[in-house]
Amino acid sequence: MYLKKLILCLTALFLAPLSFSAWDDINMTPGVNAIAQEIFGLHMTIFWICVVIGALVLGFMVFLIIKYRKKEGVEPADFDDNPKLELTWTILFAVILVGMAIPATTTMIKAYDDEEGDINILITGHQWKWQYEYMEDEVSFFSNLLTSLDARNNIAPKTENYLLEVDEPLVIPVNKRVRFLITANDVIHSWWVPDFAVKQDAIPGFINTAWTYVDEPGVYRGQCTELCGVYHGYMPIVVKAVSDSEYKDFIQGKRDLKAQQALLTEKLWETDELFAIGEEVYLKNCVACHQVNGTGIPPVFPALAGSEIVMNDKGRQVEILMEGVQGAAMQSYAEQLTEVEIAAVITYTRKAWGNDAGGDGEIVVPKEILDYKNNKL
Amino acid sequence: MSAVIEGHQDDHHHGPAKGITRWLYTTNHKDIGSLYLWFSFIMLFIGGAMAMVIRAELFEPGSQIVSPEFYNQMVTNHGLIMVFGVIMPAFVGLANWLIPMQIGAPDMALPRLNNLSFWILPAAFGVLLATFFMEGGAPNFGWTFYAPLSTEYAPPTVTYFIFAVHIMGASSIMGSINVITTILNMRAPGMTLMKMPLFVWSWLITAYLLIAVMPVLAGAVTMMLMDIHFGTSFFKAGGGGDPVLFQHIFWFFGHPEVYIMILPAFGIVSHIIETFSRKPIFGYDSMVYAIASIALLSFVVWAHHMFTVGMPIAGELFFMYSTMLIAIPTGVKVFNWLSTMFKGSLTFETPMLFAIAFVALFTIGGLSGLMLAIAPADFQYHDTYFVVAHFHYVLVPGALFSIIAAVYYWLPKWTGYMYDEFMGKTHFWLSFVSVNLTFFPMHFVGLAGMPRRIPDYAMQFADYNMIVSVGAFLFGLSQLLFLYVVLKAIFYGKKATGQVWEGAQGLEWTLDSPPAYHTFETPPNLEAGEAKG
Repeated sequence: MYLKKLILCLTALFLAPLSFSAWDDINMTPGVNAIAQEIFGLHMTIFWICVVIGALVLGFMVFLIIKYRKKEGVEPADFDDNPKLELTWTILFAVILVGMAIPATTTMIKAYDDEEGDINILITGHQWKWQYEYMEDEVSFFSNLLTSLDARNNIAPKTENYLLEVDEPLVIPVNKRVRFLITANDVIHSWWVPDFAVKQDAIPGFINTAWTYVDEPGVYRGQCTELCGVYHGYMPIVVKAVSDSEYKDFIQGKRDLKAQQALLTEKLWETDELFAIGEEVYLKNCVACHQVNGTGIPPVFPALAGSEIVMNDKGRQVEILMEGVQGAAMQSYAEQLTEVEIAAVITYTRKAWGNDAGGDGEIVVPKEILDYKNNKL
Repeated sequence: MSAVIEGHQDDHHHGPAKGITRWLYTTNHKDIGSLYLWFSFIMLFIGGAMAMVIRAELFEPGSQIVSPEFYNQMVTNHGLIMVFGVIMPAFVGLANWLIPMQIGAPDMALPRLNNLSFWILPAAFGVLLATFFMEGGAPNFGWTFYAPLSTEYAPPTVTYFIFAVHIMGASSIMGSINVITTILNMRAPGMTLMKMPLFVWSWLITAYLLIAVMPVLAGAVTMMLMDIHFGTSFFKAGGGGDPVLFQHIFWFFGHPEVYIMILPAFGIVSHIIETFSRKPIFGYDSMVYAIASIALLSFVVWAHHMFTVGMPIAGELFFMYSTMLIAIPTGVKVFNWLSTMFKGSLTFETPMLFAIAFVALFTIGGLSGLMLAIAPADFQYHDTYFVVAHFHYVLVPGALFSIIAAVYYWLPKWTGYMYDEFMGKTHFWLSFVSVNLTFFPMHFVGLAGMPRRIPDYAMQFADYNMIVSVGAFLFGLSQLLFLYVVLKAIFYGKKATGQVWEGAQGLEWTLDSPPAYHTFETPPNLEAGEAKG
């Protein structure tokens, strides 16, 4: 099977330049807005200049190799400099470079425009997910990789958007100037959507800006481009550009959801109910570090199964979930998860992997998380 | 210096000591040169094995043979080993062997320092490699070790990594002091600076670069150490520190470092091309000035590695322009090499093949570098496989090919035996084809949007990644052939003459092959003749 694929690939390699349809797969995306298209144009200009220079240099080299190979009775010349010629090509290089610098400078100035947007979105990089906060609308959510562990481990089939799909995409309206304010919560990440030609590092303690303006509704995909730890390859970006009315519906929907979740803290919860939700939350948010069976990857990511805190110190466990752990990879989940989800996941860890039998087995209900939050205020 | 030699009347030529102590205690530049070269050769296979793991993991989409955590350890240590354990020690090894012989000096100026600077290197890499067997695993934050991933979020072994880097830095600084002292004080009478062979020139400038930037690297890792263990906040945003500061400091070291890995290659290739063109190097003076200007420019271009960190536009433009300027001296060098071949009498022995491939493929790497310099376009290229393709083109068919060329070129001089020309050429053609098969498609996957340093990738990158992996396996295997050719030459090679190559110029070719254990105890007098090489 590999052999067949290999032959196919090698054939593709040599045929690729011949077929124009293949060109798109191996070149930069032209992008979906003016600035991206301008950068693409700049890229192609410089690319062709480089190709021509490269072809001339390599062509001349081949000529030299053929023409001046050692022959009987032909003595090599013995000149060793030619100042006029050397000066000429030095000036020639400078002229070519100036020719490249001029369009590069104008494009740079256009790309660097940090005027406020119609919509301002705060993007925060976390290990290993993105958080989007619509600053005008007070709506905030996290965007996690959707691709299943089974697909990554070659158990389930891989779909078209393998590793480029998320549970909740960033939704933006078309024909509006959208400004991104980009920062990070832990290590440095980088937010890249090739179609917008936006790549901006997300750095803890800094807020960088970038902006886009999309004409066409559509789904645009990108990835984190700064090594940010173990799961750097697993924090994609999906941006959905929609019409203005759809965008308003989306924001309203998010607000309604927030109100509903607040109500849920008042509900009377069954342990099994919490356990089931908790398991889901755990598989989505916690397994990367603490692993499916709660064993963690010590010493960096501690085990939860058999942990003294998880078994017998409910208060401390709530505190860890809410505040994170200073100087460790464990972050605060107070904003990422709802009260119900936090209570559920704590309940899950206290009941799973035999922690139930080894510890006090107490559960946590959403009300307790809400109280924790209120006490802090 | 000459007074000492003139007063040394007895004709007592002592050879090397016997057994292991010869190598442990040696202060002989030829022995130390060999030690450096063998060390680098071994590290090439260790770092290369890591590259093979990386390519096996990326052979197809989906998890293949290692976990993402181990993958990151491979990426990090592959980079560190290839930069600090292969390319740099190989160049220092060549400097040790060649500089005294090319300038007519009896040895390096500071022989005991020379011994020390070699022997702390295996210690440094021993410490680094030992982290693989420690709790938490080896460093996993990339060879550029950006804070805070390398500080607050690093595995506990980062402390060992910091000490390893310190030791490597100390070794490099001592080596450079030795090179500079030797070149400035021990040239044969009559060899003025502008008559020095180009390899010596390139190393003189490289050594100054090393002395300038290695302490900066030491400073960076020391600040990391303080942040990790002593509660400072140089790079901790939470404590008022600045994670971007790390990148400025790192690349202020890192960019000159990149040229440290290529300038000696320029020297080597100049010698090989003139020898096999049977014609003196074209534009010797401009070659020297070009190396010097590349070295100076290397101090003012560092932030082109950081176009996406959020610099003000003035910064973006300054670093774009200064980076583009480097194309001028680099272009001058390429044109000078071509002009050296022009109207020459060319033959294509293995060293010449590698040298020509160097010029051709380094040009490709240089042109992609020019593209990367264009700041707005770099927003799309940055941290993708386009960058990986670029720096591998300048480091593998660039720096590494120049080292391989140098080994083929000077091996007969060092050992006294010729290598097998047919096998050498086979090694060249295998390497040449596979190196392009490996790194050329990376340009395309990069432009198509594949980020670097990811253990798994989206479906549209699958075909090219498979080609890259096949190329990489082939390239890795080809280097085993290199080892075979070198060993075969040493054990079964035909005797080489002193001149070795018909067109070779320079003092080292006036010596026997192999040269005596101590050479030029009386310096050659060059007052009358030309020693340019």
